[in-house]
Amino acid sequence: MRKGLSWFNTTSIALGFAFLYIPIILLVIYSFNASRLVTVWAGFSFHWYVQLFHNQQLLDAAWVTLRVAFLTATIATVLGTMAAITLTRYGRFIGRTLFSGMVYAPLVMPEVITGLSLLLLFVAIGLDRGFWTITLAHITFTMCFVSVVVQSRLVTFDRSLEEAALDLGCTPFRTFFVITLPIILPAVVSGWMLAFTLSLDDLVIASFTTGPGATTLPMRIYSQVRLGVTPEINAACTILIAIVTVVVIIASIMTKRQEMERQKAERLAAAG
Amino acid sequence: MAVKSSGRWLVLAVPYLWLLALFLVPFLIVFKISLSTDAIAQPPYEPVFDLAAGWEAFKESFSALSFDNYSYVLSWDNEFIEAYGSSLWIAGVSTILLLIVGYPIAYGMARAPKSIRPTLLMLVILPFWTSFLIRVYAWIGILSPEGLLNQLLIALGIISPDQPLQILATNTAVYIGIVYSYLPFMILPLYSALEKMDDTLLEAAADLGCPPFAAFWKITWPLSLPGVFAGCLLCFIPAVGEFVIPDLLGGSDTLMIGKVLWTEFSVNRSWTVSSAVAVLLLMVLVIPIVFYQNLQAREVEGR
Repeated sequence: MRKGLSWFNTTSIALGFAFLYIPIILLVIYSFNASRLVTVWAGFSFHWYVQLFHNQQLLDAAWVTLRVAFLTATIATVLGTMAAITLTRYGRFIGRTLFSGMVYAPLVMPEVITGLSLLLLFVAIGLDRGFWTITLAHITFTMCFVSVVVQSRLVTFDRSLEEAALDLGCTPFRTFFVITLPIILPAVVSGWMLAFTLSLDDLVIASFTTGPGATTLPMRIYSQVRLGVTPEINAACTILIAIVTVVVIIASIMTKRQEMERQKAERLAAAG
Repeated sequence: MAVKSSGRWLVLAVPYLWLLALFLVPFLIVFKISLSTDAIAQPPYEPVFDLAAGWEAFKESFSALSFDNYSYVLSWDNEFIEAYGSSLWIAGVSTILLLIVGYPIAYGMARAPKSIRPTLLMLVILPFWTSFLIRVYAWIGILSPEGLLNQLLIALGIISPDQPLQILATNTAVYIGIVYSYLPFMILPLYSALEKMDDTLLEAAADLGCPPFAAFWKITWPLSLPGVFAGCLLCFIPAVGEFVIPDLLGGSDTLMIGKVLWTEFSVNRSWTVSSAVAVLLLMVLVIPIVFYQNLQAREVEGR
C-alpha cells in the first residue's frame, strides 16, 4: 500500500469535516436571519447584532469573561511552564509521582467534581466568591493543559544548547531566558492561547465558583439557551467564533513563517 | 543538573504548592463534607472543624462524622446507582461511536500528502477552539422537532410534516452531542499514533502477499493501539461526568450523574449529598484516570 489518498480516505475525511463544520456554519447563517424564529428563514439582516450591542447584561458578562480569561491565561502560563520544566528537567525527586498525578488528573477530571471541590474550599476558608474565585479556579485547571503543551516541546529540544550555556558559566536563570524560552516560545504562546480559550469557554467550574456580581458570558448564554434558541445568541456565538478563527489563523500563519525562516537558516548554514 | 539554587526549588515549589492547595486539599474537603450532615447554617453542613474551639471540641467533631450520605446515595430506592450506571453506559457507547467515527478520519489524515497534513490538523483543532457551549447549542437548532434536520427530511419527502423525528430531548441527541463535541479529542491521539507508523511495514506485508485488509488488522491496528487507548480515555472519563450535553440535549429521562450532582447541589441544596456523589464518581473513575496518567506521563515526558 502506498502513501496517498484512496477513495475511502477522501470520503471519510470529507464526511468527517462536514460533520464538524455544518452545525457551526448553520449557526452562523441563522444569526443573519431577520425572523425571530431561528429555524424559519426570513431574509438577511443585521438586526440581531444591533440588538446584541444594546444588551447591557451580555456586554457586562463578556467584559468579566475577558478579564478572567486574560488573567487566567497569563498566570496559568507561568505556572504551567514551571511545572513542565520540573517534570522534564528535574529527574527524580521526592513527591514526583504525586506532582505528575496532580498535573495530569485535571485534564480528564469531570468538571462537576473540580467545580464542587473548589467551591467547598473557598467556602471553608471563607473567601468571598466572585471574580477572583473564578480566576483562581480557572488558573488551577488550565495550568495543567499549558504544562502538557510546553512539556511536549521541552522533550523534543536539544539539551546540549542548555548544557553549553551552563558550562560557559551562564546562570540557570539566565540560561532559561536566553536559551530555553526563545526555543519553547511557540509552545508557551499556544499554551497561553489554550488557557485563554478554555477559560473563555468554561461554564461548569465558573458556575460553581462564582458569587453575586460575577456572571461570565457562558453562564449568561447558558441561562438564555435554557429558555430557548434565539437569533441574538446565534449572533453572540458568531462573534465569538469569528474572533477565535481570526486568532487561530494568525497564530498558525506566524508559526508557519517562523518554521520557514528556521528552515532557510538551516539551509544557509548547511550551504556555507 | 548539579546546580542548586533557591530559584531551582522555587520553580518546583510554586506549581507544586498551588496544585496541593487548589487541587488536592479541595478533594479532602469534599471527602470530609461527604461525611457531614446538612444543616441550616452558613456553611450549610455540620460539624464544622474549628481549631480555635480547642482540641476537645475538635475531637468531638470527628465523632459527628457519619456514612449516612453514602448509604443514602447507595440505596436502591434512590436514583443514584441508576444514574452511575447509565452515565457509564452512555459514556461507553459514545466512546465506541467516537472510535468508529474518528478512526477513519484520523487514518485518512495520516495517509494524506505531507503538504496538506498541517492544514487538515488545523481544521480538526479549530472547532475545539470555539466554545463547547456554542457547539452543543448549534445542535438544538438542528435536532428540534421544527429544526433544520426535520425541515430537510420533510422537504426531501422522507418523513411526513405532521410526524417530525423526535431526536431532541432523547438519549440519541446526547450521543450525537458527545460524539460531536469530543471528536477532536479522539482524532488527535489516533492521528499522532498513525502518523508515526512506518509505511515500509505495510509495503513488506503487501510484497509478501498479505491482502490490505489483513495487513490493517495485523499491522496498522496493533501499532495504533496507544492512540486508541489515549483517545478513548480522553473521551470516556470526562463524558461520564458530563453535565452540559445531557442538560441541553437530553430529555427528562436522561439520567447522568453529572446532572444529578448539579441538581443535588443547586436545586436540592444538599452540599453533603453532592459531595458523597462526587466522591463515589471519583472512585468509579480512579482506575481509568490512573491508567490515563501513566499513558500521558510516558508519552509526554518521553520516559
